Amino acid sequence: MTEVSAVSPNWLTTRLDFLTNWARANSLWPMPFGTACCAIEFMATAASRFDLARFGMERMSFSPRQADVLICAGRLPFKLAPVIRKIWDQMPQPKWAISMGACASSGGIFDTYTMVQGIDTIIPVDVYVPGCPPRPEGLMYGIMLLQKKIKGESFRDADLRQEHLVGPDGLFLPAERIDEVSEPFGNSVQQTRSA
Amino acid sequence: MTASAGSGTVAAAPSPSVAALTARFGPAIRRHEVSVGDTIVYVAPDRAHEVLAWLRDDPGQRFDYLTDVTAVEYRDRERPLEVVWQLRALGRGADLRVKVELDPGRPLEVDSVYDLWRGADWLEREVYDMFGVRFRGHPDLRRILMWETYREGHPLRKDFPLRGHFSRAEQTRQALAANPEAHYSIQELSIAAAYDELPGDMKERLSRGERGDVA
Repeated sequence: MTEVSAVSPNWLTTRLDFLTNWARANSLWPMPFGTACCAIEFMATAASRFDLARFGMERMSFSPRQADVLICAGRLPFKLAPVIRKIWDQMPQPKWAISMGACASSGGIFDTYTMVQGIDTIIPVDVYVPGCPPRPEGLMYGIMLLQKKIKGESFRDADLRQEHLVGPDGLFLPAERIDEVSEPFGNSVQQTRSA
Repeated sequence: MTASAGSGTVAAAPSPSVAALTARFGPAIRRHEVSVGDTIVYVAPDRAHEVLAWLRDDPGQRFDYLTDVTAVEYRDRERPLEVVWQLRALGRGADLRVKVELDPGRPLEVDSVYDLWRGADWLEREVYDMFGVRFRGHPDLRRILMWETYREGHPLRKDFPLRGHFSRAEQTRQALAANPEAHYSIQELSIAAAYDELPGDMKERLSRGERGDVA
C-alpha cells in the first residue's frame, strides 16, 4: 500500500506550530498593569468603540496566574518595580509583555529619582508602543505586532520559553546595560548628578 | 466673617490674630507680613507648638482646622528652611499661615502638632520624608511617599540631584530587593481581628518588631 516516508516529520511539526501559534495569538488574555493616563487609553481600547474583543482579548485577567500578556500602561516608579517583577514571575509560560507609552518604555519625561527608566530594566519586553499616551489604534497595532511575533514562534526554539529571573546580583539586566539605557537625554542632559 | 477671607482683594491690613498673638507671646512672634491677602506669622521655633495650641484653643481664634503642613527651602542658601502650618477657622472662615525658620546647618527639628490636630499625622510624615524635618513627639514618624528602605536622602532638599544620588543600576537593584509587604508597622495592624488573619510569617516578623531596615 502507500508507504509513509520516515523523513517527513517536518511537515507535521510545522503544522502543529501553526495551530498552537494561531490559538495562542488569537486568545491572548491581558494582565492590565495600568498606572497612569495610558491606562485610560487602554480602557478605551477595551471598550465598545475600539473593541479589543475582536482580537480574542475580551477577558481581562486581573490574576497573573491566568494571564498571557502583561500590558504595562503608564509610568513605573521604583516603588512598583518589585510589584511588577513579582506579577511577571507569577505569570505562567507562555507569556509576553507590552510596554505601552513613552514612560513605560523609557521613563518618558520623568527622568527623576522616582522613575524606572524603561520597564525593560525590570522585565523582558516584546513590544514597545510609543506615544504619550498612544491612541487605541496604536495599542492595537502593538497587539497585532505581538500576534505576528507569536505566529512566528517555534517549538524548536528552546530559549523562547526560558524564564529570565533576577540574577544573584539582584538585577535582571547587567548593571552597565541599565546605566546605559538610563542615560539622560533631551532636557535632562543639562542636569548634573551632584546638583 | 472677615472681609479678607477668600475675597480675592489684596488686603493690606494683617489678620487681627497678629495683634492678639503679639500681645500674648511678645518676642516669640518674630515678625509678620501680608502676601496676596494672606497673613504670614513667623514664630520662634521652640515656641511654635505653644503658639499653635493657643491659636487652636483661644475662644477668639478657634483655628480648628489644619489645612496643611509643609516646608520650603529656597535656592538662596543663606535663607533658612521654613516649616509652614496653614490654619483655618471653620466657624469664622479665617485663615492664618504660621511659619518657623530653621537653620539648615543644624538638625532640623520642631515639635509635632499631632496632639493638636490628628490630621497632622501623614502631613508631618510627608515633610519628614521629603525634607528630613524631624517632628518631636510624632507617634510614628516614617517615610510615607518613598519606601522605608530608601537610602538616598530627602528628595525635595535643594542639595538633592533630580535623578537621585545613586546610579540607575543601583536604584534598580535596591528597588527589586525591596519587600513591599514588610512595611506595615504594628500600629497600622493594631486591630486584633486583622492581626489574627495575618499569614504566619508576617506575624512572626511583626512580633520581632521588624518593618524593613530604616536607614
